Amino acid sequence: MENRFLATSGLPFCKGCGHHLIARNTGKALESLDLDPMNVVIVTDIGCNGIIDRKFHTHTVHGLHGRSVALATGITLGLDDRSKKVIVFIGDGGATIGLQHVIEAAHRNVDITVIVHNNMLYGMTGGQSSGLTPCGFKTTTSPDGKSYSGYDLCRIVGSAGASYVRRIICMGDFSSHLAEAIDWEGFALVEAMEICPSYGVKYNPGRKLAGIVKEAGLSLDFHKNPERKCFSVKPSTIIKSLFEEVPDVEACFESTLTEPISIVLSGSAGGGVQLAAELLARAAMASGLHVTKKGNYPVTVGTGFSSATVIMSPHKILFNEVSEPDVLIVVTEDGLRYSAHFFDSMREGLIIADSGLTPPPTNSDLITLDFTKKAGTRNAAILSLMYYLKRNPVIPMEAFMDTLEKSRIAGKVDFRAMLSSLDGTE
Amino acid sequence: MILTNGSMLIIESLARAGGEIFIGYPITPANALYRYGTMRFPMWLAAPDEITTLQWMAGFSATGRLPVTATSFPGFALMVESINMAFMMELPMIVILVQRLGPSTGTATCGAQGDLLFLNGVISGGYGVPTMCISSMEDCWSIPAAAAKCAVELRTPVFVLTSKESVMPLSDMDVSSLPEVERVSYPMHAGQSNYLPYLPENNLVPDFLPTGNDSIQTRVTASTHDSEGLLRHSTKEAMANTHRLHDKMTANLDEFTYYELDEEDGSDTLVLSFGITANAAREAVGKLRSSGRKVSLLIAKTLLPVPPRYFDVLSGYERIIVAEENLDGQYRRILFGASDRENVTGVNAIGRMVTPDEILREVANHGK
Repeated sequence: MENRFLATSGLPFCKGCGHHLIARNTGKALESLDLDPMNVVIVTDIGCNGIIDRKFHTHTVHGLHGRSVALATGITLGLDDRSKKVIVFIGDGGATIGLQHVIEAAHRNVDITVIVHNNMLYGMTGGQSSGLTPCGFKTTTSPDGKSYSGYDLCRIVGSAGASYVRRIICMGDFSSHLAEAIDWEGFALVEAMEICPSYGVKYNPGRKLAGIVKEAGLSLDFHKNPERKCFSVKPSTIIKSLFEEVPDVEACFESTLTEPISIVLSGSAGGGVQLAAELLARAAMASGLHVTKKGNYPVTVGTGFSSATVIMSPHKILFNEVSEPDVLIVVTEDGLRYSAHFFDSMREGLIIADSGLTPPPTNSDLITLDFTKKAGTRNAAILSLMYYLKRNPVIPMEAFMDTLEKSRIAGKVDFRAMLSSLDGTE
Repeated sequence: MILTNGSMLIIESLARAGGEIFIGYPITPANALYRYGTMRFPMWLAAPDEITTLQWMAGFSATGRLPVTATSFPGFALMVESINMAFMMELPMIVILVQRLGPSTGTATCGAQGDLLFLNGVISGGYGVPTMCISSMEDCWSIPAAAAKCAVELRTPVFVLTSKESVMPLSDMDVSSLPEVERVSYPMHAGQSNYLPYLPENNLVPDFLPTGNDSIQTRVTASTHDSEGLLRHSTKEAMANTHRLHDKMTANLDEFTYYELDEEDGSDTLVLSFGITANAAREAVGKLRSSGRKVSLLIAKTLLPVPPRYFDVLSGYERIIVAEENLDGQYRRILFGASDRENVTGVNAIGRMVTPDEILREVANHGK
């Protein structure tokens, strides 16, 4: 049955192995579809089935154990051409280790055809049981028969949404079934049931393939759903530079800073600490300064501390980690717990804390003010920065106000009223 | 002028360089890279795990589309077998590795430089994968583009090594001053016949043809193979092909060697650093010089395979100090071996950044 697709002489399989039949039926199916061999990509897995590449005159790709379905998925999505037929040869072992890939491709209805060579054990490595070995089937690792059932692969991929699923007994001419699967637009899986002549026959003398399949409760019904659309990934036609996603900052204010200054702002997740620090950094840029802003927080998203470090400098900033900030601002209990060590370690500098907190002793100047009472938990961080700038105008207050009024929270918060709430404070 | 982070620069650079698809699986601290990848790449896909990520990438790459992903150690560890596959298949791709504090899941939101020894031995057999490291915001622009060029021209996966501290912090950046990024393209086979998928052409790199192309058969394989791309045992021809995977790196590495060398006449001491510790080293060297101490600085950007040029530089100094944020000096061990040497010391830290003062003290403690 030598044809344009397959060289059938000297197939690399044991005598009596069903893999011979699958290879020959695949070649015949491809011929019957009148395809161009250059429109066919055979992707093979690891295992006896995977050493067939050299016999196919198509494109061939030989990958890793169990990963061929994922590899083929990448290929078919990369080609994005329905005239190209991507066919996977995989064994029951490969389908076991790579089950996630099979489910994913079935679920998305990726346009590939998966031909599972299910000889019910790992043939290349010595006849061990696989996830698809049926209950009672004897292998080198279950000489008394496997004690639990194998996966019903067809049912698994069927429930995952596969649009074409068929289980066949690997005997005679089943090329028309393979042709239908290969021609199918979308995910098609054909599970071909075999017995490995080297291990399966030896350990299960006298047992017939059809009987084993029936006893295992593996149905030979097939299922198809032509309504499902193939999954594809199309190049986006509208792509903008990421730089357009962030506001351009023009230096229209001036700062009197001559040396770098570092500010640590500590509060709680959800308290707008990161945004407040980012807006301060932007205001510093608007004042002609270089800036860095780093966030520190636990892996949780909506709970725990949230701390940000901003460095503002008239010079380019290299090292952006701050072991002892010039200014520490603490607005919540979480922030206080996270920053408590600074109260002891800061030898000089300024600490500003919410008046609702009980700060530990410190040698630094400590100022308390009721930021949370005045601005609420969501805006206390911003108000604390306003207060700091009012007291130490390292950048003009107007630069910060202007940045706030251009920010994404502008309109939601009355920043001018917030600033007025600081009237009378020192 | 914008306020931006390294993640944005890296993704914008890779998209302009010709990255066609971003395939992602979420992991901290690489999440911003994933988000930007979905916004900026022509195509993107959400993979169900990191093994799938690499396999899908390999599939896209085999069809001539340059894929990119970003991960951190736990995800990278899952990718390793597939990275070996892509290396053997000679499929270009970019893996951005954002280091975080280990071992194991460690601390996801804490930076580190702890994965270099792992990268150095990631290919079974000890073959080198080009590994380029980002040591400044400017590098976030230039290094990814260079990595993309290296990946397609040498037909190989390339690692862009970063850390939480280089992809997450924000800083001011004048993006209008960034140089143009050159768009890369796969080295295509010309002509209609005599194509052998693994027959080396220029500089030991085989020409490329997409799998599934209309006219010429291609064969791609992860197993030991000959120039036809057919599985072989350790035959003479197959081993020549495997040797070539090493030789193509060494033959072409010079073109992809990136570093900053700031030598001071009369200095007997060299500070060597890279990645997130580079800025501490730059600051320390600046302070030392201001105080009258002569000192030179090498910031390595192409880390692996180790460029021979670094050894030429190192041989000119009596004392070498390697600063890196890991337990006991991973690049130091790669460069100088596991045994202690009197004239080579390290400045190391875990769970926090190495500070300029620590480097400064180490230099000041020794010699003139």
